[in-house]
Amino acid sequence: MNTVVVAQLQRQFQEYLVSLYQQGFLDNQFTELRKLQDEGTPDFVAEVVSLFFDDCSKLINSMSRSLGRPESVDFKQVDSGVHQLKGSSSSVGARRVKNVCISFKECCDVQNREGCLRCLQQVDYEYKMLKTKLEDLFNLEQQILQAGGTIPQININ
Amino acid sequence: MGVDFLVGMANLMHIQLTLEPELKLLYRINAQSWKDINVDVNHKVESRLKLKFLELELKLLHCVKAHSWKNTEILTANVTRAVETIALLLVTMVMMLPTPSSSCSSSVVSLSQNPKSIRFDSFSRSVSNHMMEVCNCIEPQWPADELLMKYQYISDFFIAVAYFSIPLELIYFVKKSAVFPYRWVLVQFGAFIVLCGATHLINLWTFTTHSRTVALVMTTAKVLTAVVSCATALMLVHIIPDLLSVKTRELFLKNKAAELDREMGLIRTQEETGRHVRMLTHEIRSTLDRHTILKTTLVELGRTLALEECALWMPTRTGLELQLSYTLRQQHPVEYTVPIQLPVINQVFGTSRAVKISPNSPVARLRPVSGKYLLGEVVAVRVPLLHLSNFQINDWPELSTKRYALMVLMLPSDSARQWHVHELELVEVVADQVAVALSHAAILEESMRARDLLMEQNVALDIARREAETAIRARNDFLAVMNHEMRTPMHAIIALSSLLQETELTPEQRLMVETVLKSSSLLATLMNDVLDLSRLEDGSLQLELGTFNLHTLFREVLNLIKPIAVVKKLPITLNLAPDLPEFVVGDEKRLMQIILNIVGNAVKFSKQGCISVTALVTKSDNRAPPDFFVVQTGSHFYLRVKVKDLGAGINPQDIPKLFTKFAQTQSLATRSSGGSGLGLAISKRFVNLMEGNIWIESEGVGKGCTAIFDVKLGISNESKQSGIPKVPANPQHVNFAGLKVLVMDENGVSRMVTKGLLVHLGCEVTTVSSTEECLRVVSHEHRVVFMDVCTPGVENYQIALCIHEKFTKRHQRPLLVALTGNTDKSTKEKCMSFGLDGVLLKPVSLDNMRNVLSDLLEHRVLYEAM
Repeated sequence: MNTVVVAQLQRQFQEYLVSLYQQGFLDNQFTELRKLQDEGTPDFVAEVVSLFFDDCSKLINSMSRSLGRPESVDFKQVDSGVHQLKGSSSSVGARRVKNVCISFKECCDVQNREGCLRCLQQVDYEYKMLKTKLEDLFNLEQQILQAGGTIPQININ
Repeated sequence: MGVDFLVGMANLMHIQLTLEPELKLLYRINAQSWKDINVDVNHKVESRLKLKFLELELKLLHCVKAHSWKNTEILTANVTRAVETIALLLVTMVMMLPTPSSSCSSSVVSLSQNPKSIRFDSFSRSVSNHMMEVCNCIEPQWPADELLMKYQYISDFFIAVAYFSIPLELIYFVKKSAVFPYRWVLVQFGAFIVLCGATHLINLWTFTTHSRTVALVMTTAKVLTAVVSCATALMLVHIIPDLLSVKTRELFLKNKAAELDREMGLIRTQEETGRHVRMLTHEIRSTLDRHTILKTTLVELGRTLALEECALWMPTRTGLELQLSYTLRQQHPVEYTVPIQLPVINQVFGTSRAVKISPNSPVARLRPVSGKYLLGEVVAVRVPLLHLSNFQINDWPELSTKRYALMVLMLPSDSARQWHVHELELVEVVADQVAVALSHAAILEESMRARDLLMEQNVALDIARREAETAIRARNDFLAVMNHEMRTPMHAIIALSSLLQETELTPEQRLMVETVLKSSSLLATLMNDVLDLSRLEDGSLQLELGTFNLHTLFREVLNLIKPIAVVKKLPITLNLAPDLPEFVVGDEKRLMQIILNIVGNAVKFSKQGCISVTALVTKSDNRAPPDFFVVQTGSHFYLRVKVKDLGAGINPQDIPKLFTKFAQTQSLATRSSGGSGLGLAISKRFVNLMEGNIWIESEGVGKGCTAIFDVKLGISNESKQSGIPKVPANPQHVNFAGLKVLVMDENGVSRMVTKGLLVHLGCEVTTVSSTEECLRVVSHEHRVVFMDVCTPGVENYQIALCIHEKFTKRHQRPLLVALTGNTDKSTKEKCMSFGLDGVLLKPVSLDNMRNVLSDLLEHRVLYEAM
């Protein structure tokens, strides 16, 4: 085990994670999520996050289909989809996604199709961005683990 | 030759004219012729001489008997003279004998030339011998007569007797005197005389023809006599000067004795005086009463010194006059005073000795002069007085005030008595003793007075104390009764009003009920305040220490005050120092009371401006221990809270009154805002109980004021994890091991998150995604059912009802908790109405979930504060 490398990696990890928070990608809930990960469930966060991303893509697809036909937009369905998405994103701590969902819901309430489409696009963009970021994060984690170190517990307040 | 001899004899006679008339006779006889002298005349002369001698001898004996030495001397002189006379007579007789031989004449001449050195014994001896010789050598004009012989015989005998008697007399008298130092001299002398007597005695046998042995004995006796007499003569040479010196010594001793007598007389008088003084002192000091002391002094002095009059003048209160206070004999007129500045008085006061003064001076004139033209001598002496008031004496025993009384003593008139030195000394000593006795009496008086005063004070204090005790007891009884009596209705009002508040009410009714609640709680607070204050003053109040969150406390206070502040448009800001500990140990309720009171006052008395509340850790407190520092180890720190407002301000003079209870400042602004005036007093007492300090600074009316207080708080050991003591610090889920729960959520992600949460806490989680599935799966084993109610629709709530129906018995039914995204009242109400046991806000944090679970399991109901 190369302590210098491990330390370097850990610092990198920490900085990256903090930057994600600072940039608003993640919020407190993600921290809570990380707390739930222990020896019994070592991949808990990764599982949840991947499930979330799958959920996102599915929902986005269905919502885009719903919003695709301008004359018969099923706002109810969109609403439920947005609701789901909002719930999921808030459960995971995807802050930006959640915020977009909030404005998405508002558009949906007023049945603003353009607004909805715009929000949908934004949601899509945001979740993909987040996905990339988190993948990088997980890679860093793997590197640390391979180098023999432990993932640092970081308190974000 | 005969004529020459006669001329010589005549000369001798002339010298001895004073001698006996016999000599005169002889002189006349001389004028006649030798031949005319006949034996008869000779016989007559001789017999007369003998008689004379015997007379003298008798006289001598008389003198000796009468111990009269002087007379003895005289007699001895007379005897000597008699002897001389005899010698001369005998000489003359011899001369009258015709043609004496040359030897006779030579011896007679020698004898006549030295009459004084004659010892009459040897002389008479020799003369008698000579007469015998003469008898032998001359022609016997007359024969050795029988008569002659007889006379000689008799005289010899008498001489012998005398010789023997003298030593006896000497011995007798010396024995009697017993002082005579020269006894051996006497012995010698006695021996000498005895031997002479012996010789004479033996001589008795020699008148007739005697044998040779007699002559031998005679010779022996004579020899011995000669030896002893020579020795005595030699010895007397030494003795006589001593005897003479005895006389001088006797004189000296007489003088000495006289001197000693004089001295003894002096000592006796002194001792007498001393005795008098002691007696006087004893009399004076036997009492502590001033009057008795002075009277006794005068009486005793008068008696000892035999005075005519004795008086004491005391200074008046003004000190300008002397008043006649005590006299010995006469009754004096009242208020007889004499000014103190008289020269005679100054003279007496100037010295501590007794001073003789004139009998005519005003102090001595005590009675009208009644014809006695020779007044007795008067002596005056000062008596120092001690002036005491409350035992304030600066120079003790130097009397600083120098007040004196005057004692005047008068000898009897017409007695010609003088004041002796020892009497004056006596007077001075007595005066001193009187001064001492008076000072003692004064001190005693003073101490009695002080003691009486103290007793009075004691009595008064005792009464006051009892009154105070009664008052306190009365107050305590009153408070105890009132406490109970007042609280019971209060509780009833508050409880019922809050219950009323929970029921269905119209908005107006609700407003009214809320007002009733608020007023009644205010009233309850007031009652508690009063009770607290009385308990605080008794000292019976004790802080209830506990651990609490300081930050939360401040926020709560602010939340409570915010409504009023908002109404008055007064922004409140809270600044908590970054190093302020979060969890502290102290009396939470009382601290909140203090902060509320202060901040409330700030709000009450401000019309505009902003109110700032600052809380920080103060290190430099002079009450803090020197090595104190803030650490997370459970030691203490001092919290300082500053509440600054820009309101009415306070006059700096009124600041001390602020903390007294029931006192209010007079300004109109404060009066209008009401308030009982107890708040600050109580706050101050609480702060003091917390070992702190509270004060208010203000620059004046209208310039706002700052209230600052410090209190001592303890730092809690616990980490940031919750304050619920039941939950252990470690995140291990001891309580929930194996707890069976059911999670119902349509959203997969949130379902997964919730499951992870519960798994982390150790629960056994079953997840379902629809209500039907939930109903199918739910069993009595599940203790808790978490259901997501976010999705719009009532179906989710219906399940609660279904579960209620399914599990009729309460203990079998699992607890139902709703997970929802919004927390408004309607959701809560809905949940409650559908019979849910709790509502949780999504997303749930780990701590939250843990708290909720434990609360739920303990109380079976949870309505989380949102």
